[in-house]
Formats: sequence, C-alpha cells, structure tokens
Amino acid sequence: MARVLVGVKRVIDYAVKVRVKPDKTGVVTEGVKHSMNPFDEIAVEEAVRLKEKKVASEIIAVSCGPPQAQEVIRTALAMGVDKGIHVEVTGPEYETLQPVHVSKILAKIAQEENADIVIVGKQAIDDDCNQTAQMTAAVLNWPQATFASKIEKGDKEITVTREVDGGLETIKCKLPAVISADLRLNEPRYATLPNIMKAKKKPIKKVTPKDLGVDTTPRIQIVSVEDPPTRQAGVILPDVDTLIGKLKEGGHI
Amino acid sequence: MADILDSVSSVNLGEIHQTLYQCIYKRRPFQPRLTPTSPWNFPHPIVAHAVEGPEAVKRGLPAPGDHTSHLPKVSPPQQGTSRSARANQGSDPLIKDPLPCLRPSLRILNTLVNFLNCGEGKSINPFSQDRYPHVKRGDYTSLDADHLNFFRGLLGEGRVLTKPEDCEAYNVDWIKNVRGYSRCVLKPKTTEEVSGILAFCNERRIAVCPQGGNTGLVGGSVPVFDEVVLSTALMNEIISTNDTSGVLVCQAGCILESLDSHLANHGLMMPLDLGAKGSCHIGGNVSTNAGGLRLLRYGNLQGSVLGLEAVKANGEILDCLSTLKKDNTGYHLKHLFIGSEGTLGIVTKVAIQCPPKPKAVNLAFLGERKYIILTFTSNCVDSFETVLKIVRKAKRELSEILSSCEMMDELTMDVVVSHLKLKSPLPQHPFYMIIETHGSNENHDEEKMNTFLQNIMDEKLVLNGTATSEVSKMKNIWDIRERITEALDRDGYVFKYDISLPIQNFYSLVPAMQERLGTSAKRICGYGHLGDGNLHLNIIVGEFTQDILNKIEPFVYQFTSQLKGSISAEHGIGFRKPKYMHYSKSETSIRLMKELKVLMDPRGILNPYKVLPENK
Repeated sequence: MARVLVGVKRVIDYAVKVRVKPDKTGVVTEGVKHSMNPFDEIAVEEAVRLKEKKVASEIIAVSCGPPQAQEVIRTALAMGVDKGIHVEVTGPEYETLQPVHVSKILAKIAQEENADIVIVGKQAIDDDCNQTAQMTAAVLNWPQATFASKIEKGDKEITVTREVDGGLETIKCKLPAVISADLRLNEPRYATLPNIMKAKKKPIKKVTPKDLGVDTTPRIQIVSVEDPPTRQAGVILPDVDTLIGKLKEGGHI
Repeated sequence: MADILDSVSSVNLGEIHQTLYQCIYKRRPFQPRLTPTSPWNFPHPIVAHAVEGPEAVKRGLPAPGDHTSHLPKVSPPQQGTSRSARANQGSDPLIKDPLPCLRPSLRILNTLVNFLNCGEGKSINPFSQDRYPHVKRGDYTSLDADHLNFFRGLLGEGRVLTKPEDCEAYNVDWIKNVRGYSRCVLKPKTTEEVSGILAFCNERRIAVCPQGGNTGLVGGSVPVFDEVVLSTALMNEIISTNDTSGVLVCQAGCILESLDSHLANHGLMMPLDLGAKGSCHIGGNVSTNAGGLRLLRYGNLQGSVLGLEAVKANGEILDCLSTLKKDNTGYHLKHLFIGSEGTLGIVTKVAIQCPPKPKAVNLAFLGERKYIILTFTSNCVDSFETVLKIVRKAKRELSEILSSCEMMDELTMDVVVSHLKLKSPLPQHPFYMIIETHGSNENHDEEKMNTFLQNIMDEKLVLNGTATSEVSKMKNIWDIRERITEALDRDGYVFKYDISLPIQNFYSLVPAMQERLGTSAKRICGYGHLGDGNLHLNIIVGEFTQDILNKIEPFVYQFTSQLKGSISAEHGIGFRKPKYMHYSKSETSIRLMKELKVLMDPRGILNPYKVLPENK
C-alpha cells in the first residue's frame, strides 16, 4: 500500500473580495477569512478516497506558512488525513515563498516520509502559479501526472486521466510519482463532526525550511500588484445594425 | 420572436458576459443587469415585499468580491435564464474560460433559448378575479387619459408605465399565485411625489397598490384588479449612516442586500436577513414586519425600526423619522405602519438600528436522530423531544452568540438536491438543523461551538453533522436553506403556510397534514425558523384544484388555532389570508383594526382587498 503526501495551502477564501494594499506590494491578508485552496481540497479528498479503497496506507498533509496554516492542516485531518506537517515560514520570508521553494520542501519531506505518491492541487487560487507539482517531480526526478481528473492505481504504476485541450489523455506512470488534481477529479466532502473532533487529537509536526535544509532566499521580486481595471459603463444601442457596427468597430467580429 | 431578438441588441453584451463570468468564478447568483427595455424584464420580475425570497436574488455572503453589488439590481429574469446560468456555472467556482471572446454571443443565445423555453409546460396563471371570484372590485374610479396625464405631469413620461407588457411584471407575484391587470405603474423618487400621487388618487377615489421588491408570498404586493401600482423601486437613496449609534436612514426602495453591503463598509449589518435580500425593499420589509433567518438573535424588525416617514392616504406626510433609541412621547405611531402591509399608509423613509457586523461566524449543520414522520404517534413526539433538547442546549450553551437555529426535514432537502442540484453536506437524514453563531472573538466562539457540539455528540442527540467557519462552505450550506422556496416552486403547484407554533408542537402540523392528505399531495414538507417557532409548511401538488384546497383549508388554520399558534408568522396576511385572520385574532382586535383603517384611509384607496377581512 502506498504512502501519500498531500500539499495544502492556506489562501484567501474564494467567497471573499480581495483588496490590494495601498502601497501595491501585495493584497490585504490581515483580518481576511482564509480557507484551504480548493484544488488542494480536491487533492486531500482523492488521497482519502485512496485510503478508503485500501490503496493508501497513510496520508500526510503538509502546509508551508505562518502559524495559521495549521488551520488548513486541521481541516485536512478532519477530512481523513492521518497526520500533518507544518513547515513554519513567516513574515517577509513567507511573502516571497515561491513554488521553487515549496517544491524543494515537499520533495525533502516526501523522501523523509517514504512517500509513494505526492498529490497537490493543480494551482493555488491566490497566485495561480501552477508550478509546484511539476517542480516537485523535477526535484525528485519522479514521473508527473498533472491535471488529473481520474486516478486508478495498478500494481506498480498508476493510470491517470488528464484534461487536455479538446479531450482527455490517459497516461500510465511508475510509482513513486507526483500528481496534480484538476477540478473534476472529485467533489470534496464536508468533514463530519466525529472526524472534526478526532482531528483535534491527530499530531501536527512543526519544522522549518532550515531543518529541512531548504534555502528560501527569494528568486523573484514583486514589482507591483494592481487591481483589475474597473468595468466600463454599458451603453444602450437602438438597433441590431448599430450593435453590429459597434462590434466591428471594437474588432470583435 | 423577431421582437425579442431585436431587443436583445439593446442588452450590453459585455455586461452579460461579465455577470455570467462572475457566476462561474465566484458562484454568484445570476443577476443580469438589463436595460429597462430588455425582453427579460417583463415576465416575472421579483420585486416587492418580504420574506423567503426568490433564489435568483438570494443573498451572497456579505457580498465581498461582489463587483456588481453597488449597481442597482434589476429584476431577475424567468427561471429559464437562471437555470441556464446555473448550468453554465456547473458546480465549480474555478473553471477558467478558455475562449472568453467567443463566449458572450454563445451565452446570450443559450440564455435566449432558455428564456423562450421557459414558458413551456407552465400555463399562464389566471387572473385573481377569475381564480377568486368571490372577491368583487370595489367602487373605485377607473383610470382615464386625464388621470394618466396628471401622473405624467407629476413624474414625467418615463416614470409612468402604461404598456401592458411593461406592467405585466408588476401584476404578478413571484410565486405566481395572484395576478392583477393594472395598466398603470408609477415610479416616484421622492416623498413629495408619493404625496402628490396619493392626494390625487384619494380625491378621485383611485385604488393604489404599493409595491416594493414584489417578493411577498401572500399576494399583498400586486394589484387584485386594476389598482394603480406605486412602485418604490426608484426611491433608493441612502440618506445617512452613523458609525457610532449604528443608525441607518434611507428611502423605502433601497434593496436589503445593497444596504447590507453599504453597511459593511461601516462595520455594521442589517438586523434582518432573508432569502429575498437581493430584491426585497426595506420599505416592504418594514411594511410587512419581515422576519427571516436571524430574528432569533437580532429580534423583530419592529424593535429595530427607530423611526419612519410615511404618506397617509390623503397625501399628508407623517414625519416619525426619529433616530433616537428612546422616545416615549405619546403614541408610537410608527408601529401603525410596521406590518400593516401598506393599508394604512406608504412608508417612504426608515431609520433602522443596525448591529455591528460580527467578526467571527461559525456554522454547524446537523443531521438529526431518526424522526418518524409516518403517523402522529407518541413515537415522533419522543423524537421531537431530541430536537427540542438540542434547541434548548444551543440557547443555553451558545447563548449570546447564537444567531440562527433553522431546521428542514428530509423531503425539503430532497427537493433542493433534486431540483437545484445542490450538494447536501450530509448523507440522508430524516431531519437537518443549521446552527449559526455571530460573535466578536473567533477563539471564544469556536470554543463555545466546539463544547456544544461535543456535548450533543456525547449525548447522542445528533447522528451526523459538519461544522465550519470557512466563508465559502458556510455560503454553500446557507444556499441549501435559502433556496428551498425556489426549489419548491419547480416541484409543482405550492400551497404555502407560514405558521407560528409553540415550540413543543413545532413540527406536529406536518405529520397531521400528511395523514390527512395521504397520496393526494405530491410532497408535504416542513422547514423553518426552529429557534423562533416558525414553521413553513409546504404542500405540493401537480395542479391546483379546488378540491385539494378545501382539504387543506381551513383545516390547517383550525389546527394552528387549536394549538394557539399564529396563522401568519412572518409572511403577513396580504390577499390570501384575510378571511382566516379570526383564527389568530379576536373579534375585538379585528374590529379595532377596521376602525383604524377607516380613520387612516377613509376612502379605502390603499392596498384594497388585503389584510382586513370583508364585512359580513
């Protein structure tokens, strides 16, 4: 049976309006409701289903971030994950933490924990990077199966259906492997009350990137974060001809 | 068809695209902003009064991220369109649109097709005068050209609607139970204009039907015959907001949700919240003394209205717009207008006491212990005891942070899941409860909630449940509760009852009704504000028949009356319930109400045929 590692990121809840800081260095996170990145939730759900199918033996959830990152680990534990690892990264170090760092952290933990499968969400809804799975696979030199919409485990390999432009692609890869979860992989469950209570007693190990020997020096510099342009007011047109004219004018048709 | 296609051109493509795009991204309800000439505007707008409103307009959470919230909400279109939006929306917030440039036209086509299809299978509902032949038109003046000219002179051409297709939306209530045939809709912007209209109508004895967001459920907000509709839709100005006292003063036509988003910037919230918040007007809320989901915590609207301004039937403006918390000088005249459903005067401005917006919100969704609903035996009383135990515990252990205590039964959950394709957080249970807390300290609230949940689990009061403080998850759970009305509407013809019962008898009406009707009803289900003892009993049948109505009424009212309940907890009396008022009010009370009506509106022009029973 496989040991599964899932990456879970704490992001601003998608139902919350995101505000840019006045100095344009980032977005306001203070006092804003956060939750688990929805794609990571799908990854957790898949891991739990693998365990329910007796394919996985143990599931470990990892989150990198400030102390509050433990909340999303707790959520993962309540969904059925066995134990958590909190990689504490705070302050300016966290603000410049990039997939290049996270992938090294995940790779290191995957090796330490003897993981056979690493599952992460295909991207986080805050930075939209879509890099962590790919980079982790590269660091580990493992095969990667990204944008998974279906996962089936064979003996020494997994079959993954991927959503690609214009259809589905089915691939096989050897284990160990890195998988990234796409939207239609599954529909995450709500944690049940008994599991929420049990989760409070499950262990969360705390480590730092330094403990893992990962250098978190920033590789990029954020120049500016801007609001999207405000929407233009609509116009009412008298007839179809004018509409067609306008559309042509705007280069839409 | 050609007409419709023509008018589509007047719809702003970009806007529709943007709105749909947001639905997809943010799971926002579909609310196309349409031009006044749009074809979607006429079928059934969801305008008016109070409670439990239509889904298309349901609440979002405090509307963060809602880029459209500052815009005036236009009546949502027919179900057809919302359905298409939801189909587009799928179940996920995250689909990225691969071909944005191609989408607008495709979506418009889809929407249009759905719009054209939406009439299918549903016959146009009959006029109230045909469905309720016993109600006779009063001796009111019929409108003529001179009257219309006066209105046009007062309001200008654009704010007097007279074309049948423009008026249709104002003639039908959104659950399509009642339908008038008014050919004149007036849209004043100021109190003075309202006063002008009423003075004129009073003198000539022209009947007037005041209308807010038209979300009422008892037919109080639409004309019965040809009454002039006075819509508060353009009276949507926010006059002042005081951060310290928390007092909001605004015009009657402000939409509840817009007020709530406005207050969010001041760290405040509206003291009421209901499913219709996206279209109901605060004036309608006040006129119907609307209840809603958090009455348990924030109290009856009567207590939150500090003052109001109203126009009497003769056009006189009554200024009771006090913003004081305490004011015992003479009779509390404002109460004449709260809950009188526009029969004593038209509310034009209100001053509302608003509580601080909670910093911490927690939600638990519980599946209840087996609850046998086949017969009304001691068995189910025993089980209901369990529910009562939970309510009692919630009130004691969560005490000051408890903000909502709702329940729904299995058949209600089924209707939402099967018609709206929403996902239930729990597998099937006979009975579900939502318990919500509002507070100012996350840790404190969470600890309380956890202890409470631990206790009810240890005592084996609940079978299953989930708890969350994540905004998106809470929103999804609330969606299930708030969209029940919409889902029921798709299930068939709905007989709706809004009953207050002593809490120990809260659910007893449902099994009693099931026993009485047997298989002649398609579905009999109950849900509601458990914490307030307010049950929404819904009986769904394939088609309306007089026969089944006779089986239900007056039985349902007699049953309620015997248990000393109220036949209208929060929906009001409106057009549909006056003759049953005596089940809840004494003869003396009804007589005094009639005397008040004569005093305030001697010519009976304000919202006739509503609220008060006819003289025998």
